[in-house]
Amino acid sequence: METWMALLVGGLSAVGVYLMLRPHLIQFLIGFLVLGNAANLLIFTSGRLGSAFPPLVQPDGTVLAPYANPLPQALILTAIVIGFALAAFGIVLFFRAEQVLKTLNAEAMPERLEAAPAPSPVDEVREERA
Amino acid sequence: MNTLILKTTSRFLFTLLLLLSVFLLLRGHNEPGGGFIGALVAVGAYALFALAHGLTAARKLLPLPPLRLVGWGLLVALLSALVAFFLNKPLMTGVWFSLLGVKVGTPVIFDIGVYLTVFGALLSAIFGLEETADRTPEEAP
Amino acid sequence: MSWLIVLPLLIPLTTGILCLVLGSRSAQRVLGLVGALGLLAAALALLSQVNQRGIQAVQVGNWPAPFGITFAADHLSALMVLVSGVVAVVVALYALAEGDTPREQQGYYALSHLLLFGVNGAFLTGDLFNLYVWFEVLLLSSFVLMILGGSKAQLAGGVKYFAVSLLSSILFLVAVGLLYGATGALNMADLATRVGSLAPGLRDGLAMLFLGAFGLKAAVFPFFFWLPASYPAPPVIISALFAGLLTKVGVYALLRVFTLLFTQDTAFTHTVILWVAGLTLLLGVLLALAQGELRRLLSFQLVSHIGYMLMGLGILTPLGLTGSVFYALNHMIVIAALFLLAGLLERLQGTTVLVRMGGLYQSHPWLAVLFLLPAFSLAGLPPFSGFWAKFTLVAAGLQAGQYAIVAVALLVGLLTLLSMGLVFAEAFWKNPPRPLAGTPTPPGLGVPVALLALLALGLGLWAEPLLALSQRAAQELLEPSRYIEAVLGVSR
Repeated sequence: METWMALLVGGLSAVGVYLMLRPHLIQFLIGFLVLGNAANLLIFTSGRLGSAFPPLVQPDGTVLAPYANPLPQALILTAIVIGFALAAFGIVLFFRAEQVLKTLNAEAMPERLEAAPAPSPVDEVREERA
Repeated sequence: MNTLILKTTSRFLFTLLLLLSVFLLLRGHNEPGGGFIGALVAVGAYALFALAHGLTAARKLLPLPPLRLVGWGLLVALLSALVAFFLNKPLMTGVWFSLLGVKVGTPVIFDIGVYLTVFGALLSAIFGLEETADRTPEEAP
Repeated sequence: MSWLIVLPLLIPLTTGILCLVLGSRSAQRVLGLVGALGLLAAALALLSQVNQRGIQAVQVGNWPAPFGITFAADHLSALMVLVSGVVAVVVALYALAEGDTPREQQGYYALSHLLLFGVNGAFLTGDLFNLYVWFEVLLLSSFVLMILGGSKAQLAGGVKYFAVSLLSSILFLVAVGLLYGATGALNMADLATRVGSLAPGLRDGLAMLFLGAFGLKAAVFPFFFWLPASYPAPPVIISALFAGLLTKVGVYALLRVFTLLFTQDTAFTHTVILWVAGLTLLLGVLLALAQGELRRLLSFQLVSHIGYMLMGLGILTPLGLTGSVFYALNHMIVIAALFLLAGLLERLQGTTVLVRMGGLYQSHPWLAVLFLLPAFSLAGLPPFSGFWAKFTLVAAGLQAGQYAIVAVALLVGLLTLLSMGLVFAEAFWKNPPRPLAGTPTPPGLGVPVALLALLALGLGLWAEPLLALSQRAAQELLEPSRYIEAVLGVSR
């Protein structure tokens, strides 16, 4: 089971990283969601299948067998909610960026908005004095 | 999105979804549900209504602007966390009391705060998107 | 008594909430300042208590230690909270004087206090996953602040900032997940007792994951590219807050994790940190020299000087850590002052492109003094606070026999002086190449800058108190057993 989960996490990470490396911002956002899910599955796997400690123990020492470790679930739930909030903000941000900058291609976005970079005082070239 | 079917059914669905969201909120203490999920359903209801009847109609059904709701939600959550102060216990310690025979506790109040916060935050995002989508880009702020 | 630890969280949160609920602009302005002053007072009280009674801890929700979430305050946390309170007050004063009405109405005060809420939470939490949550709290507020007002430059910078932050969040989440899988613990004190028994390869791998995740936040080599692309975009009331606080949260997390958890293979991990520190120092300052725009230049200076804080961590001696802590505190004040000054200059001259500026020494001589105080402190000239910070670090490096990093640190100090001198020559000394069109400057903008500049001078002339506190912070960092005992022993 762990092997399959590891392969799944690896596959999802590969997809996520590939998408995040694309220049298009929507692809980037989808990549983030996929990668986030890979991270969540990773926590799930490491918590439930890897931890040697039974989650719930009665005061007399008997282990409540059928219960899963609730901590990774709580962590994943938190991570999902945060990922959801980030994605929601990202959609609004990219939408506004598309309206104002007229592009969703990260490579087409200007590094700075002036036509040419401001010359450094170290350079001998001084635009105004020349 | 101005079909008659959507306009008619959205009125019924709006009420039903809101009821479902409150049900999920209250159920959340011991069973699957809770403030976050309840709020998502409620946002769904408002988003549907806004699609069918327009933003202004949906806004009229809100008691407060969405961002104000976020503030109130956070305030409710904060107050529930502060109750423990008066009992000289650490922050956010759960306190339970009986109200008219119903067991009420600070975790439930906290959940109501979460509900309002998530509802307000998501709704302002969705309204913001629909608002700017309606206008031409030049007019957008 | 245990409430004092959470007070630096509750005050900004309450302020932020009240700003959201009230909505009226004048009420928000008053609240913005009052909340910042309250935070400063609470931080002072917390520091004095930590100083008297040692490390403080509180178990949130009354859940006992390794199971629930712990908040713990040692000297490092308390000092960081204190200086973030100082920065908050000064930036609030500047924002009040500037009166950027549209941004105020869009919730500047609420968002800036929610940002402080996240920052202080990150400083005070004793739980690794909780630290992730605080990072997200401060990130979400900073995203909105970054694009508040929605100008073109802000959106272009905001997209980059957002993208990089997402990446570092995921890295952090993966690192926490793997660490939890390997040890079964998330409480930092509990983790500290368990990390030692892990296989060395796994431990070093995890350490590098954390270095990557926090390094992205702290903007160190090779992850600093995003900072100069985004920080200059928003107005100074926002970018000064970011410059003073956000990268320091990453530095704080590095200091915490690499003194509490990963101290077994220092020959590997801390050597990597030293390399990162040296390259950050050098590249940052060289790129700063190549900039012709004041805010981008300052952003690269900000990056470069993060290297000093890592240098002390990499040396990992009491003196080195003292230097790191002192440098971080000093740098928060100095860089916030310089960013606010850049905003003031932009108002006066209508531009921050250095070759187009000039003549400020003639028109505003007092402003030149105000610039020189933090600039000299940044470069590390005596008697300013930056000098003592660098002096401590260099002495620690010499003591530990790390001559290469000492040479880099001294060289970077000189280059910083050159860079600051060029700014002075361009903006203040030379005559402006053509008449400048400034915007009317409201009175009182100089007051917050003057406060910070005088603080930088005062911390240089009376360095002993803060240096002694930094020293105690360093001692606590090097003896994790005290932290572990304070956190785990509280409810047993």
